[in-house]
Amino acid sequence: MAFNVINKTIMKSLFSKPATAMYPVIKNEFYPNTRGSIEMAKIENCSFCGICSKRCPATAIEVGKSDKKWEIDRTRCIVCNFCVQVCPKNCLNTQRSYTAPMRDKSSKLFTAYGPVVQEVNSGTAAQENHTQVGTAEEDA
Amino acid sequence: MGERTIIPFGPQHPVLPEPLHLDLIMEDEKVVGAVPSIGFVHRGLEKLVEKRDFNEMIYVIERICGICSFIHGQSYAQTLEGLMGVDIPPRAKYLRTIWAELSRVHSHLLWLGLMADAYGFESLFMHCWRIREKVLDIFEETTGGRVIFSVCKIGGVWKDIDNDTLNRIKVIVKDIGEEAKAVTDVFVRDYSVQKRTRGIGVVTYQEAIDLGAVGPTLRGSGVVQDMRTLGYAAYGDLNFEPIVEKDGDCYARTVVRVREVYQSLDLIRQCIEKIPDGEVDMKVKGNPSGEYISRMEQPRGQTFYYAKGNGTKYLERFRVRTPTFANIPTLLKILPGADLADVPVLALTIDPCISCTER
Ligand code: SF4
Ligand code: SF4
Repeated sequence: MAFNVINKTIMKSLFSKPATAMYPVIKNEFYPNTRGSIEMAKIENCSFCGICSKRCPATAIEVGKSDKKWEIDRTRCIVCNFCVQVCPKNCLNTQRSYTAPMRDKSSKLFTAYGPVVQEVNSGTAAQENHTQVGTAEEDA
Repeated sequence: MGERTIIPFGPQHPVLPEPLHLDLIMEDEKVVGAVPSIGFVHRGLEKLVEKRDFNEMIYVIERICGICSFIHGQSYAQTLEGLMGVDIPPRAKYLRTIWAELSRVHSHLLWLGLMADAYGFESLFMHCWRIREKVLDIFEETTGGRVIFSVCKIGGVWKDIDNDTLNRIKVIVKDIGEEAKAVTDVFVRDYSVQKRTRGIGVVTYQEAIDLGAVGPTLRGSGVVQDMRTLGYAAYGDLNFEPIVEKDGDCYARTVVRVREVYQSLDLIRQCIEKIPDGEVDMKVKGNPSGEYISRMEQPRGQTFYYAKGNGTKYLERFRVRTPTFANIPTLLKILPGADLADVPVLALTIDPCISCTER
């Protein structure tokens, strides 16, 4: 009896597809609903009201109304999607891909205009950097 | 009498998925005492309620534990809804029940895999986790997250599942049940697995009550207690009986969990058949004031939530009692007298979750 069960399981395992994916060759397919990283999709609609920043449980977003600044520290973000849900102008979006891994020890700030590198322990770097619109380096 | 030695077990140990540290006092091969120390991952989440708005707090509460994450969010939402006198739409209640029961299935399959790993049965471990993967895919498809869903909110749920998807889930759930059959049979009928679990770590009916055990640990000792019978969310409309085993040993606790997998799959099927149409959330106005408690059944057992509001958007006091916290006395009761080789099995049999114990 038990022998039959084992035979059945062995046969099934031999002739079925592997449960794991051949990763670098076959990439994982995400669902339309998958919550990846948060991105500013329509900066032109944003009124810099700061609601996303106030509601964020991890205080990952920083918004400056006077200098039109919108920055997110993705290493702090817990991807709860609350900022997307509360934004009155619907300008935030969750991407389907996850946040890229960081290669160095500096934490990366993603502004509305692209990513900038912020040195660790320098609180002012973010403000200096965000003015360099257009010179921001590519997303790693 | 042999010489006494102390063996430190954990916080990092191949069989322990969680940072639990036990000082095992040994006499030759027998354990004569165990001193637990916890506190490696304390995060102070109960204090954080004073700094975070009660609506935002639900995302923090969900991170108390990764495996019961949805049920923690649901418990918190339910406590706050009770505090504010809100009755959420019926469809939201059913959706919460579906996600909660799927969480139970994935938690129990995860536990069964870890248990197999503790006996050294690697392939069984992989089969359990292979089946569990299907549940995670349902989560990702319906909520966007695989482990932490962020889908519960005070006043309902953020996302609806349309009826076509629900019907598809019903088919997947049936498949999971069929596939799980071959795997769980090994836990229930295999000779060598029974040899490792039968008659080991016996907790009698009275001891389980006296030590305040909860969940499968309590039900494995023959005590009929399941918080779902209180009828919160949609459980009042569903047809089920708490699952109870008499022996009180590791085998009984395993069998309770195995049978609960099928019970949960059946509850999901019932929910999908009965789910009403309509709204899934409602606007909640005002701030919480007063006190409220709620009790829920998590995969690991009963969890207890207390919240006190003072009319502002910050709660004044918030307290969670999690199932592992209640089960640690039982673990300390069953360890003395056991062989050293049985300690991993005994430690796992209460399904320890240290991140929820320490919050
Ligand atoms: S809530 Fe929306 S509109 Fe307001 S600052 Fe944030 S992204 Fe801009
Ligand atoms: S997803 Fe959550 S944690 Fe991340 S930025 Fe938005 S609100 Fe903050």
